[in-house]
Amino acid sequence: MDWFKRKKETLKPTDKKEIPDGLWIKCENCGEIIYKKELEKKYYVCPKCDYHFRIGYDIYVSILFDEGTFEEFNQNIKSTDPLNFKDSKKYSDKYKATVKKTGINEAVITGVGRIEKHQVVMALMDFRFLGGSMGSVVGEKISRAIDKAMELKCPLIILSSSGGARMHEGILSLMQLAKTSAKLARLSQQGLPYISLLTNPTTGGTTASYAMLGDVHIAEPGALIGFAGPRVIKQTIGQDLPPGFQRSEFVQEHGFIDVIVHRHELKQRIAGILDFFAHKNNSRAESA
Amino acid sequence: MAIKNNKFVLEFEKPVVELENKIAEMREYAMSTGLELEDDIKRLEKKAKQLRKEIYSNLTRWQRVQLARHPLRPYTLDYINKMCQYFEELHGDRRFADDPAIVAGLAKLDQYSVVIVGQQKGRDTKDKLYRNFGMPNPEGYRKALRVMELGAKFGKPIITLIDTPGAYPGIGAEERGQAEAIAYNLYAMSHMPVPIINVIIGEGASGGALGIGVGDRILMMENTWYSVISPEGCAAILWRDAAAAPTAAEAMKVTAEDLQKLDIIDEVIPEPEGGAHHNPDEAIATVKKVILKHLEELMQIPPQELVEQRIKKYEKMGAWTE
Repeated sequence: MDWFKRKKETLKPTDKKEIPDGLWIKCENCGEIIYKKELEKKYYVCPKCDYHFRIGYDIYVSILFDEGTFEEFNQNIKSTDPLNFKDSKKYSDKYKATVKKTGINEAVITGVGRIEKHQVVMALMDFRFLGGSMGSVVGEKISRAIDKAMELKCPLIILSSSGGARMHEGILSLMQLAKTSAKLARLSQQGLPYISLLTNPTTGGTTASYAMLGDVHIAEPGALIGFAGPRVIKQTIGQDLPPGFQRSEFVQEHGFIDVIVHRHELKQRIAGILDFFAHKNNSRAESA
Repeated sequence: MAIKNNKFVLEFEKPVVELENKIAEMREYAMSTGLELEDDIKRLEKKAKQLRKEIYSNLTRWQRVQLARHPLRPYTLDYINKMCQYFEELHGDRRFADDPAIVAGLAKLDQYSVVIVGQQKGRDTKDKLYRNFGMPNPEGYRKALRVMELGAKFGKPIITLIDTPGAYPGIGAEERGQAEAIAYNLYAMSHMPVPIINVIIGEGASGGALGIGVGDRILMMENTWYSVISPEGCAAILWRDAAAAPTAAEAMKVTAEDLQKLDIIDEVIPEPEGGAHHNPDEAIATVKKVILKHLEELMQIPPQELVEQRIKKYEKMGAWTE
């Protein structure tokens, strides 16, 4: 009677989705075994089920920017562990170990480059760095990226990949929500476009600030996007969550995402939007 | 002094409450029997005074969190009713619904007409449910925004009273864009051309608090907490045990004193000994006095400069090196 049994869905790991070393990689969604070289060529999207693997900022840079045009700035801003925070480990030790392990300095990398020849300032969050959590440095780097966009009078893109605010910096992390939002208001007053690109996951304080303040909101398919994490909601209401809850498609259905774009089309679609904003309609006076 | 109900007595207050109750009993006994116990009572009162001082001047962060959540603590409407000569509550976000977890309205605060918004908790079970324990849904933040924008439009200063265990984590809240509602409030409040004063009167839990908490002055009452996550939430994630909340409260440095040292808040508002609930009238009067002081200062600043200063204030927040 084995065939009669309900097929139990396998548990999907939500953490630690880094691409393992080795020649073959198993899709976390459909289980397909994929040749690593092929996956790379496909921008880490499963050729069978279109599952978008979580990737680091460096891969997004290579996907989005015209080759060799991205120049990072403010890479040396570092956290000072203002609370002297310690759980099982000291935050300062964890921080150093994360820098060493990931080879990146913080949960956001900021820079300027060209996308189909359009100059843009971009901030790319990276989940590998303490879950892409937003602390003082992330807030400051994004704030300065906004300044840079205003200085260069060019559009801004922020790619979110973040579990939310960083607990280890307490209230200072929370204030980064207000700080970045205030700066975005200023950018908006200057008439400069801001595209928010939401990837898996974008939750907590990141969603409750810059990720939801774009002129255009683009999400990758199937990304977890929300305010409270699914586990917290489940605990609070004591019920199972509906299927697809807080995924890009669900969030779009409820009106908070403009477009869901497949990673293979990401560059072209962003370039189209940048074209739109850059285009100047001739005024009647001029054309007359 | 009446004998206190032990129901709302916090663990660390017990020694002092027991002593106070004993004094009250002795008084009653002396009255009914006509015995001369005045000397003994005086001696005990002196002891009680000393004990109160000892306990309340050495509160741990976790004890302050407990005081911030004390069920007898004055809530937003208590402040509004006592501070304001006039209050007309405005309901609804004109989009979806009215959220009772946030109250908002038009008020007179002595010589100033102001708009006030704040989270509201309930006292009894029915009221608590009605107010959703002070946990707003997106429509609450949108109602707050609407009323604050009304203030901005007519040049009325904005006072926000913050007291929430967090924005509500529910299915409907997510569907209606809890994150967007909070984000947009931060964005809009950052450049409203009127003075904005935020007062943390109880709990300041994360985005749920900040959603009505951007302004020119951030004030905190002495026995309140304000952080990026509740001590329980932080403990559950980093210590994998919500019972580690007292440790998490220490690690995250959540009190008014901490936030003043971190240059986040502008002033700590003192409370009556033992906390605001020991003497609500006095606590509310002090809050009013401090709000009026800041309001007077802020009213001198031209609107454009005010916004400029506010953005600079937030630009400076954080700690980093390069």
